[in-house]
Amino acid sequence: MLDVNGIEVIYNHVILVLKGVSLTVPEGGIVALLGANGAGKTTTLKAVSNLLKAERGQVTKGQVRFRGERVDLLNPSDLVKRGVIQVMEGRHCFAHLTVEENLLTGAYTRSAPRSEIKLDLEKVYGFFPRLKQRRSSLAGYTSGGEQQMTAIGRALMGRPTMILLDEPSMGLAPQIVEEIFEIVRNLNTAERVSFLLAEQNTMVALRFADFGYILENGRVVMEGSADQLAENEDVKEFYLGISSGGRRSFRETKHYRRRKRWLA
Amino acid sequence: MNAATSRNLTIAFFVLLTFGALAPMAFGSARFPQWLEVVIGGLMSGVLYALVAIGLVLIFKASGVFNFAQGAMVLFAALTLVRVMEKLPFALALVVTLAAMVALAWLVERLVLRPLVNQEPIVLFMATLGVAYFIDGFGQLVWGSDIYTLDIGMPKEPKILLEGTFEGGILVSTEDVIAAVMAGLLVAVLALFFQKTGTGRALRAVADDHQAAQSIGIPLNRIWVIVWSVAGLVALVSGVIWGSKLGVQFSLQLIALKALPVVILGGFTSMPGAIIGGLIIGLGEKVSEVYLGPYLGGGIENWFAYVLALIFLLFRPEGLFGERHIDRV
Repeated sequence: MLDVNGIEVIYNHVILVLKGVSLTVPEGGIVALLGANGAGKTTTLKAVSNLLKAERGQVTKGQVRFRGERVDLLNPSDLVKRGVIQVMEGRHCFAHLTVEENLLTGAYTRSAPRSEIKLDLEKVYGFFPRLKQRRSSLAGYTSGGEQQMTAIGRALMGRPTMILLDEPSMGLAPQIVEEIFEIVRNLNTAERVSFLLAEQNTMVALRFADFGYILENGRVVMEGSADQLAENEDVKEFYLGISSGGRRSFRETKHYRRRKRWLA
Repeated sequence: MNAATSRNLTIAFFVLLTFGALAPMAFGSARFPQWLEVVIGGLMSGVLYALVAIGLVLIFKASGVFNFAQGAMVLFAALTLVRVMEKLPFALALVVTLAAMVALAWLVERLVLRPLVNQEPIVLFMATLGVAYFIDGFGQLVWGSDIYTLDIGMPKEPKILLEGTFEGGILVSTEDVIAAVMAGLLVAVLALFFQKTGTGRALRAVADDHQAAQSIGIPLNRIWVIVWSVAGLVALVSGVIWGSKLGVQFSLQLIALKALPVVILGGFTSMPGAIIGGLIIGLGEKVSEVYLGPYLGGGIENWFAYVLALIFLLFRPEGLFGERHIDRV
């Protein structure tokens, strides 16, 4: 469904951030994009959604294809019309609009009749009952979890077939994170929305995703099904914080080599 | 309304009260009806400042640009209207002028904003400086640089109100009242447009968060055209009012300079701020001219707004209603 093929991204004409990232999201899949701070997860998502230009970033090599069509030269609004919508890191709700207005702006690109949009609104409230209670309060005054729900709901109002979800767990209590991911899974099964999910919380992401890619310094260093990744020794140690034999010394050469591979 | 806004409202109210009420009381000689006349006159001119300021706020909110060309747009609108009215009836001329303003907005977006997208705010500001000179020169090239009178049939003679209550009554300029009503209507229409329509909602969304608006597919280019068109409409209304008051001439664009202190006072990002800022400056100007003028040698009206803005820049740079951290100005 989505094919990213060897993209390179340069910011400000000088800073090379992505050094050839390729990935695939199948129809109806949840694919996780994992990695530490600054690995290039957000940049990858923005390269797909074409929001990079707003940050003086540029895709200099490679292609992005959505359903076979090249989309890396479109503007973000055209891409939204084709059904690819990004939910940005840090929620980015419209703070001075009410929750309901936030949701309604999501339908801006659709020229659907009012009744249909109303129906979709009810559907979003079905997925997020909490938003219905808070529909008339300003989004800026709602809690982090509610803002994340608003942001996802707003994207849903555009009838996406694919959502690029950036760090949904950021700054949220574990219980809320769980709730949000449950909804993501729900949307995936009930509405057949595919997800490309950038996440630092590897543990949670691997539980809900089907497939995962691990990014380090702008490169994909490992890929595999979520179960495979969760079982991998290196992933366990460097991302999940589970080590097999107590604390290790950096003097141990074997360990150092393994570590080095990740940092290369 | 949240706590911060209501607190700001209170501050604004007290500033108004201080200027309006204390000044004449301090100089006990004032007669109440005369004071009322001064206050009403001040508020009326405040409405007109507010009108220009609203144009500035609109564009600043949606595109983060301080539009130096707003004054030139006022002049251009008034000039176009006057010259078209020589050939066509008023209503038709109004439509033609509006179309010209929309065309101008489209051109500005296409030729200035789009190539400069994501540049530093100061670059965009410089660009609007250029736009101002261009519009100024272009308008005079096409329509001539004479002074024209714009007569849309507003009654010129002042009215005397409340004759029964006060001896001699109070003198109110009918023209000013009509202007204030027109301005009020425009603000109401704008408020409805912003609150109730899908496009208005999208405009507010863009003003709140560009990137998020883009991420859900709101096309920024189209939004900019709309915003500049609305600012053009506001410029047209202010051009009509000021033009019929002062005549359509080059100095019309200097009223934009008065709108600058208004937005500094009210906050660059707030429409209510622009309105209240305009009222405060209009009122403060007139009241201090009349009641402080004799002691300071007059001419206060000319510098009052700027000094007030300066004080605000020192102590409350975000203005009464602005969002904090406006590092773009």
